[in-house]
Amino acid sequence: MRNAVRHLVSSAILFWIVLTITFLLTRAAPGDPTTLLIAPGASAEEQARMRAELGLDAPLLVQYARWAGRLFKGDLGESFARRAPVSTVLAEAIPVSVGLGAISMALTFLLGIAIGMYQAARRGTVSDRALTIATTTVYAAPSFWLALALIATFTYGAARWGFPAWLRLPAFGMRDPASDATGLSALADLARHAVLPVLTLAAIGAAGIARYSRTIAADLLSQDFVRTARAKGATPGRVYLRHVLSNAWPPLIVLLALAIPGLLAGSVFVEGVFAWPGMGRVTLAAVAARDYPVILGATAVYAAAVILANLAADLALPLVDPRRRA
Amino acid sequence: MPSLKRDVAVPLVLLALLTLGAIAVPTLSTDDPRAMGDVIAQRFLPPFTTDGHGGFHLLGTDRFGRDIFARTMLAARVSLVIGVLGSLLAGAIGIALGAFSAWRGGVVDRLLMSAADALLAIPRLILLLVCAALWRPGMWTVIAVLVATGWMAVARLVRAEVLGLRSRPFVEAASALGARPSRILWRHVLPNALGSATVAITLGVGGAILLESGLSFLGLGVQPPQPSWGNMIADGRDAIVIAPWVALAPGLALIVTVVASTFLGDALRDRLAGESATALRDRA
Repeated sequence: MRNAVRHLVSSAILFWIVLTITFLLTRAAPGDPTTLLIAPGASAEEQARMRAELGLDAPLLVQYARWAGRLFKGDLGESFARRAPVSTVLAEAIPVSVGLGAISMALTFLLGIAIGMYQAARRGTVSDRALTIATTTVYAAPSFWLALALIATFTYGAARWGFPAWLRLPAFGMRDPASDATGLSALADLARHAVLPVLTLAAIGAAGIARYSRTIAADLLSQDFVRTARAKGATPGRVYLRHVLSNAWPPLIVLLALAIPGLLAGSVFVEGVFAWPGMGRVTLAAVAARDYPVILGATAVYAAAVILANLAADLALPLVDPRRRA
Repeated sequence: MPSLKRDVAVPLVLLALLTLGAIAVPTLSTDDPRAMGDVIAQRFLPPFTTDGHGGFHLLGTDRFGRDIFARTMLAARVSLVIGVLGSLLAGAIGIALGAFSAWRGGVVDRLLMSAADALLAIPRLILLLVCAALWRPGMWTVIAVLVATGWMAVARLVRAEVLGLRSRPFVEAASALGARPSRILWRHVLPNALGSATVAITLGVGGAILLESGLSFLGLGVQPPQPSWGNMIADGRDAIVIAPWVALAPGLALIVTVVASTFLGDALRDRLAGESATALRDRA
């Protein structure tokens, strides 16, 4: 219990440091966001008025104090570019990214662990080597390149190689703009649009997890307790499920926490290429427009996701690994 | 001399070929890979075609009729330099800070490590985006930003190694013999702590190349007319439906490079380090 409290406090401090660093980074950057916001040909006085209006004319410490004070009350400020509360901007985008991320994450782990364990069981064979080259190659591909390659396959390739109609998957957006379908058919439309983005994220994620879980499983398979279990006549299925997988949980949980930043980053490009209005697109737009409040809000969301994932892993480890119970 | 095993030799040969191509191909190519060719006759030629002027295009041409193979090799110069320098400099700073932090201990150690943890808690790509977008884009900005966001993992690794080595008998022996602390750190501790850092730096080259391509893809990295793999992929994005090779070909060169550096890192890990080196890379 005391352990949990300590983790919680240090996570909160870490979160605050992250936000402060981001705040300082935006303020330390050269340039002035109002030049991008103000109408062309506006006078210097108008620009100065705008700076004052946005609170950018105050000394750095005052700006920081104001921002921190508002944040304590749960107010993330107002977007410079969209003139809407940052919380609204983020609330629109988060469900899109979370949905995309959750489905990809589930697929990533199912596929990745399955491939890794299969390889570990057949270590040194041709299929193991082939899978190592395959996973390393996929893991080496930038997500936007893989996304474009999939789009090329399902547009250029579909036309050239004559794909059947059901296999012609949409490459852009979340829904068919021409359709006003509701209910189930709208859901089916969304699912069709989700295939390529999910495939991109899951392929790269699974490749990374497979590389890692192969090492974990190969390590466990060479342990004495596995040899003992085999010697006692345990079936291969029992060996893998009881002895290997149950011992693989602690590193896999740590891995789950480690995989989240990669997934968040990957979604920036995948949302960009497939035109999905999620956190990635919001971040890119905010960065391009020097929309400081949104940049800070988005970073806060990302950092919170990473810190919470680490915290959850720290708290979950003792549950699956009795050696870690103090 | 011990014979080079295949797991080290194959990636090294691949990387050497690529470096050679990056140096030779743009120099030897008859047309400037940055200048527009005969746009009408030469644009969007598919791979393995010969144009009306008798020029052969291994990877086809882009919308300005420029040869994609020559451009990919020209881009390799930038991408390789950024990848190697970005990872090496970040690694050097990480080693220095990690060793210093472990050696000094106390408040300095705690401050440095909480700074590292804080920076690690922001996905590296987001940190890169914020930095790269707010400062002037270009090759040196990309390298600076890669270094600023890349030292933490190596610092953590080296710090852990140094802390582990400090209580080893040979360090105590050196100190009992009257060696100065700086000599102990330099001669006895650091050489033993560098194994996992070397692996992390090698694997980091692939990560840095991926991140550079990501920034350049978004227009925040290397700026045209200077080609880099990332901005070439961005360039072909609009033509993905009619001429997919424009975007996909530079990516293949990138993938070969990153795969080679990953296999090299894996081979080094088998020799130098335990499983401590990071397995999941920052990526784009």
